[in-house]
Amino acid sequence: QESDQITDEMWEELEDLMLAADIGPNTTSWLLKRLHQRVEEEHMQTGSQVQQALREELTALLGKPTPLHFSQTSPLTVILVIGVNGSGKTTSIAKMANRLTNEGHKVILAAGDTFRAAAIDQLKEWGERINVPVISQSPNSDPGAVVYDALQAAQNRGSDVLIVDTAGRLHTKYNLMEELRKINKIIQKFVPDGPHELLMVIDATTGQNALLQARKFAEHIGLTGVVITKMDSTAKGGFAFAVADDLGVPIKFIGTGEKVGDLIPFDPKSFVSALFAEE
Amino acid sequence: MAMFESLSKRLEGIFNNLSGQGKLTEEDVNAALREVRIALIEADVNLKVARQFVERVKEKAIGADVLGSLSPAQQVLSIVNDELIEVLGGTEGKNKLELSGNPPVIMLVGLQGSGKTTTAAKLGRYLRDKQGMRPLLVAADMYRPAAVNQLKALGKQLQLPVYWEQMGADPVDICVNALEHAREQACNVIILDTAGRLNIDERMMEEVRTIRSRVQPHEVLLVADAMTGQEAVRVAKDFNEAVSLTGMILTKMDGDARGGAALSIRAVTGLPVKFMGVGEKTDALVPFHPDRLASRILGM
Ligand SMILES: Nc1nc2c(ncn2[C@@H]2O[C@H](COP(=O)(O)OP(=O)(O)OP(=O)(O)O)[C@@H](O)[C@H]2O)c(=O)[nH]1
Ligand SMILES: Nc1nc2c(ncn2[C@@H]2O[C@H](COP(=O)(O)OP(=O)(O)OP(=O)(O)O)[C@@H](O)[C@H]2O)c(=O)[nH]1
Ligand SMILES: [K+]
Ligand SMILES: [Mg+2]
Ligand SMILES: [Mg+2]
Repeated sequence: QESDQITDEMWEELEDLMLAADIGPNTTSWLLKRLHQRVEEEHMQTGSQVQQALREELTALLGKPTPLHFSQTSPLTVILVIGVNGSGKTTSIAKMANRLTNEGHKVILAAGDTFRAAAIDQLKEWGERINVPVISQSPNSDPGAVVYDALQAAQNRGSDVLIVDTAGRLHTKYNLMEELRKINKIIQKFVPDGPHELLMVIDATTGQNALLQARKFAEHIGLTGVVITKMDSTAKGGFAFAVADDLGVPIKFIGTGEKVGDLIPFDPKSFVSALFAEE
Repeated sequence: MAMFESLSKRLEGIFNNLSGQGKLTEEDVNAALREVRIALIEADVNLKVARQFVERVKEKAIGADVLGSLSPAQQVLSIVNDELIEVLGGTEGKNKLELSGNPPVIMLVGLQGSGKTTTAAKLGRYLRDKQGMRPLLVAADMYRPAAVNQLKALGKQLQLPVYWEQMGADPVDICVNALEHAREQACNVIILDTAGRLNIDERMMEEVRTIRSRVQPHEVLLVADAMTGQEAVRVAKDFNEAVSLTGMILTKMDGDARGGAALSIRAVTGLPVKFMGVGEKTDALVPFHPDRLASRILGM
């Protein structure tokens, strides 16, 4: 390395790196201030030290890895999966179901997206591929009724995990957000401490809108975790830092492709490393 | 979203500390443009695009007269707004679809989940209802589970014919066969719904390249999600290199995404935005207006 000094240019490069990764102006400027402060306090001499400090700060923002939460009181754990249109909910559900099945769980799926064309077929096809039952009704039926059916089926069949697929919805649509609340209530009738996970799925290529999405979903029905999909793209998913930090909601999984095996538990360190990786 | 307020407030805050009399000085303008750059990045405008944009605004702003009625902050905003419209707007007619082929073929490409299949149906409906054409929808996604059923269901809803083949068929063959089918069915515009793909997926990009060269579509439209962040530029560049895009359609504009990605794509590739998707239903497709997107990017 020719020069490893702390220069204005180095600071600019760090700023660009963060902004280009969709970390956003707010979080970026907060991080830069924090780093300037640490450079003084810790008498840092080199750019590498600053970069190392940035990695630490970024990793800290992401919080501790948090595994899926299973019900302690009820034999059935319910996972409700929500998010804006096309983010990767249905595919991620198939991946999670497959993973949980391989871990020895008895999983059942609810085709709660009765609105989008062939959304039910899509989940059913995944169900066949991974050999997991899918409870569904006809297109345009009430999603609440589907969830009700699925809860009953789960109990009858002795399933221990029910994952509910929902239609994509923009966080700005009040009626659609209310519909989620209704689904939530139906789940709570069967399983009072449920849903045990409210997972929001966000596409890694999303920019600053991701934070608005997460805030609105959190306000309306609460979130227990986030799944970031399409990390196999060229995007870095930098909104994750603001989402995890501002809302205190952990990232639980990363989607890395369209195949059923392309889902990995979230690891803050490697997520941060990927930010710095040259392509 | 009160982003415009905060941008204008921030600008006013800056100008309050300065003289703000007569003409805008370089110092005034530099301070203001830092705020503008941040606002653009908050709206998902690509970092580099935002920088170049601000440079252009700077040239126009320095020395501009601060007229009686406009405050310096409003003056800068108005220059920014005009310049945004300039970058976003093509010349008249560029936003129209090229429909002169025999029959014209419209191919939709883009990342996974951006809205291609839904947009194919919307376009079919639009061309039939607004232009009196007879569209054929073509299901060329052989990868996503139930992708063919999705387009078939949309076609049924709209009573539009859909050309499809059994699972396992080659997407290139499907598109070529569809041309023949359109002639038989007397359809006079063909809309190809292709599978979602990453711009860095070599094999999948080769597939769209082959479809393009075999079918020679008259429009190759990038369907891009309005919520896309900084990577939009790279995605558009890669698709443009592979298939020579003719324009883009910006989807999911019914939410509160600012849509800065469209400015980035436009600035880097020169591609016109042809339509905007504003809902999940098949009638939620509207022609593009540069001034509206400019206001939106500024949060007005
Ligand atoms: N490359 C890549 N593609 C993905 C990933 N996850 C999902 N996809 C693709 O993204 C597209 C949309 O995925 P879906 O699972 O249908 O998304 P959804 O959120 O259920 O969509 P709606 O129900 O329409 O809101 C599909 O083409 C998936 O194959 C991922 O991790 N990587
Ligand atoms: N709110 C809203 N949703 C949209 C719009 N356009 C498409 N969608 C939704 O976005 C999701 C993805 O749309 P699709 O048409 O399946 O996207 P695609 O690009 O074909 O997806 P792949 O084939 O998996 O790559 C669906 O839930 C659509 O209903 C829009 O303009 N507004
Ligand atoms: K990536
Ligand atoms: Mg879905
Ligand atoms: Mg599709």
